[in-house]
Amino acid sequence: MCGPPKQRDQHCAERDLICRPNLPLGSSVLSPGSVFKAPVGWSLGLPGYSQALLEIGTIIRSLGCCPSEGELHDLIAEVEEEEPTGYIRFEKFLPVMTEVLLERRYRPIPEDTLLRAFEVLDPSKRGFLTKEELIKYMTEEGEPFSQEEMEEMLSAAIDPESNSIHYKDYIAMMVVDDS
Amino acid sequence: MGCGTSCSTKDRKSEKVFISHGSAALKAALIIQNWYRGYSARLKARQRYALTIFQSIEYADEQGQLQLSKFFSFMLENYTHIHEKDPELVARLFGSTLQDCKDRQEYVSCIDVPDSYNGPRLQFPLTFTDIDILLEAFKQQQILHAHYVLEVLFETKKVLKQMPNFTHVKTSPSKEITICGDLHGKLDDLFLIFYKNGLPSGSNSYIFNGDFVDRGKHSMEILMILFVSFLVYPNDLHLNRGNHEDFMMNLRYGFTKEILHKYKMHGKKILQILEDVYTWLPIGTIIDNEILIIHGGISESTDLNLLHRIERNKMKSVLMPPIPLDEDHDTDLKTKVGATIIPREVKTNGSLSEQLTKHEWEQVINILWSDPRGKRGCYPNKSRGGGCYFGPDITSKVLNKYQLKMLIRSHECKPEGYEICHGGKVVTVFSASNYYEEGSNRGAYIKLCCDMTPRFFQYQVTRTTCSRPLYQRVNAIESSAIRILKERMISRKTALIRAFQLQDHSKSGKLSMAQWAFSMENILGLDLPWRSLSSHLVTTDKNGNINYMSSFQDIHIQKPVKEAQSTLIETLYRYRSDLQIIFNVIDTDHSGLISMEEFRAMWKLFSSHYSIPIDDFQVDELAERMDLNKDGSIDFNEFLKAFYVVHKLDKLSKSDSNLP
Repeated sequence: MCGPPKQRDQHCAERDLICRPNLPLGSSVLSPGSVFKAPVGWSLGLPGYSQALLEIGTIIRSLGCCPSEGELHDLIAEVEEEEPTGYIRFEKFLPVMTEVLLERRYRPIPEDTLLRAFEVLDPSKRGFLTKEELIKYMTEEGEPFSQEEMEEMLSAAIDPESNSIHYKDYIAMMVVDDS
Repeated sequence: MGCGTSCSTKDRKSEKVFISHGSAALKAALIIQNWYRGYSARLKARQRYALTIFQSIEYADEQGQLQLSKFFSFMLENYTHIHEKDPELVARLFGSTLQDCKDRQEYVSCIDVPDSYNGPRLQFPLTFTDIDILLEAFKQQQILHAHYVLEVLFETKKVLKQMPNFTHVKTSPSKEITICGDLHGKLDDLFLIFYKNGLPSGSNSYIFNGDFVDRGKHSMEILMILFVSFLVYPNDLHLNRGNHEDFMMNLRYGFTKEILHKYKMHGKKILQILEDVYTWLPIGTIIDNEILIIHGGISESTDLNLLHRIERNKMKSVLMPPIPLDEDHDTDLKTKVGATIIPREVKTNGSLSEQLTKHEWEQVINILWSDPRGKRGCYPNKSRGGGCYFGPDITSKVLNKYQLKMLIRSHECKPEGYEICHGGKVVTVFSASNYYEEGSNRGAYIKLCCDMTPRFFQYQVTRTTCSRPLYQRVNAIESSAIRILKERMISRKTALIRAFQLQDHSKSGKLSMAQWAFSMENILGLDLPWRSLSSHLVTTDKNGNINYMSSFQDIHIQKPVKEAQSTLIETLYRYRSDLQIIFNVIDTDHSGLISMEEFRAMWKLFSSHYSIPIDDFQVDELAERMDLNKDGSIDFNEFLKAFYVVHKLDKLSKSDSNLP
C-alpha cells in the first residue's frame, strides 16, 4: 500500500493525534503507527508551536474520552508548562494524550449506566425529573454545572409543556445525535 | 466522595420531596454531568470543523480572485485582435472609467426624486436627524433613492479627499472609542451595535475597520449609514478601507449585483462613483500614537512612513497591479493595441504616472490582506493568495519600530467575534455575527479608553426570539458546511477520481483512510481534518477502508444540455464565479447579454490562460444552444444559472437539521 512521501509523514506526525473519533464506543484496537488528522485548533502545527484555540477539555472530550472535571485538571497539570501560561504546547500534549488513548482511560459512560443514574434521582419512578429537580442536582451535587452548561442542557432536554425532563426519551435522542 | 448522611427536605411549594441519598445521588449526578460534558464537547468540535470548512473555502475563493487578476494582465498582453473590434471593451476593462465622468452637478441634478417616492429624504448639509431618518427607513426595508445615494457619495469623496492616509485619534478619560470589524452587509448587526452602544456622535466615537460591503444583502444600506454618519461627524466616525472596498471584489462577492438590482436605472453611475470613493478611504487609524488599526495586517517590510506618504487613491483594486514601467514595454503596448490602449489609469499621452509603484502597491496589499499566525516569520498568504502570514516576531519588530503597543485588525471571522494573539499585541475584531451560517459565530466590538485595558462586547443576531438548542444549531451549520464541501468535490470530480485510481492498484474501488485523505487534500487544496470529516463524505467498509466513489453518488451537476460532456460541465461549474466577473465586465451596458463573438473570444483566452483542456468547439456548441432565440447573444446569467448542483438527498437533509 503506497502512502504519502516520508516528508509528509513527518509533518503529519507532528501535527496529528492518534485517535479514532468515529469508532463506536468500546471498540477495537489503536495501533501506535497509525496517524490521523488532529481536530481543528491545531493549524500549521510544527514543533515548538503552541496553540489552544479550542479549550483542552473540549479537545480531549471530542476525542472520545470522558474524564471528570477533577481528572481533567490532573491531566492538564501533567501537560502544562512549569509556569502556566494558559497555553498548552502540542509536543507536550501528544505523548500524554497518546497514552491516555492507548490505555483506554476515561472511557465514556454506557447508555444503561446513564439511565440508571437518572433513575437514582427519580426514586418514585415517575419516568421524569422536574426542571427544578434537575437544576438542583446538576448545580448542587457532584461537579456542579455552570449556569451556561445548565441552560444548554435544559434547552434540549426539557419538554416545555410539562416543564419536565423525560429522561428515557432524552437519552435515546442524545445517543443518536452523538453517534 | 460524599458523606454518609442522608436527609430529606420538604419543599412546600411543589410538595415534592428532594431526597439526598448522600453518595448515591452524588454518584448519579457525577455520571450525568460527566456524560453531558463529553457530549457538549463533541458538539463544539463539530461546530469548529464546520467553521473551518467555511473558512477554507472562503479563502480558496479569494485565491481564485487573485488568479483572475493575472488573467486580466494576461488579456492585456494578448488582446490585440479583440480590441480592434471593440475598443469600448478594452476601455472598460483597462481604462479609466472616469474619463467621461461628468460634473457632479450634471450627475445628480439630472436625477429627479419624484413626489411619489416615499423613502427617506435627506437634507444637505446633513445633520444627525438624517442619520435617524435613514435608520428608521432601513428598518422598514425602504431603499434610498439614487439621487441621495449619489449626493452622499460625492460629498463623502470630497471630505475623504482632505483626510490623510492615517487618521490620528486621541482618547480622553471621558471619551471612549468603539472599534468595529467586518460588517459585510449585515444590517442587523449594525442595528444591534447601535442599540447596545449608542449612535455615533460627538461624544461617542467609532472606528469601522473595513469590509462594510459584500456577501450580506444590505451592503448599500450599511454604506449609506456609515457615510452619512461620517459626513455628520467627520471627526468622530472613522472609516478604514478593507479588502472588499474594491470594485473588483464587489463584482464577485455580491455588492455589484445588489446595486444593479436595487438601482436598475442609475446603478451604473453609482458603481462608477463608488469605485472612486473607495480609493479615498483612509488606510488606517492610529489611536494615542499607540494603537494601530488596520483591516488586514502587516508584513516584515511594512513601512508606515511610506504608507503615510503614498497617494492612496491610486490603489484602484487588488486585481489591478501596476504595469511594469519600462519603456520598451510601453512602446510594445502602443503598437500592439493602438494609441488608445489604457492600462489602468494611464492618460492617453502614454504617461504612467497615475499608478503606484510596485513596492507601494505591495505595501497596501499587505495592510489589507495579511493574517497573523502563531508561526514566527513572514510568509506569503497561501490560502488567500494575497498579503502574507505574519508571526509574533514580526509583530514585535514592526510595533517596536514605530513605538506602538498594539495592533487591532479584522479580516478574519472568529467564533467569539474577537481573538487575541501574539501575546496580547494583536487583536482581531469581527462584527458580522452568523457570518457563514445562522449560529456560526458571534460578533464583537471593542471599547478603548486612554490607558485602560480594552473591553470586549459580544453579540449574536437571532431571527427567532427563543434560540434553538445547541445541537440543532450545530446540525444546521454542519450540514450546510458539508454541502458546500461536497459541491467543491463535485467541481473537481474528474481530478479526484483520477488521483484515487492512481493509488488503487488492485482496482478494488477502495483506499485506506490515509490514501484518501492525502488525495483529498492535494486535489482540493483545502487544509481540513479529512479523517474526522470522512464519515460525512464517504462510506467505509468493515475494515475501515474507504469506498471512494461513494461521495459522488448522491450529488451531480444538472446538465443544461443533454449532449454536453461531463468534463465541460464540471469545468464551467468550477469557474462560474470567474466567468461571471468577466462577463459582467464585458457587458458594458449591464444588459445581461453578451454577443456570441465576445463569448467565444473570452473563452478562448480564458481556457488558454487557465490551461483548460477542452475543445473550443464543444464550448461553441454549448453556447449556440444557450442562445435560445438565435439572435447572436447569450443571456449569461441564464447560462451560468444552468449549472447548478443537485443534491439527491436534499429533501432528507433539509429535515435532518431538525432531528436531534
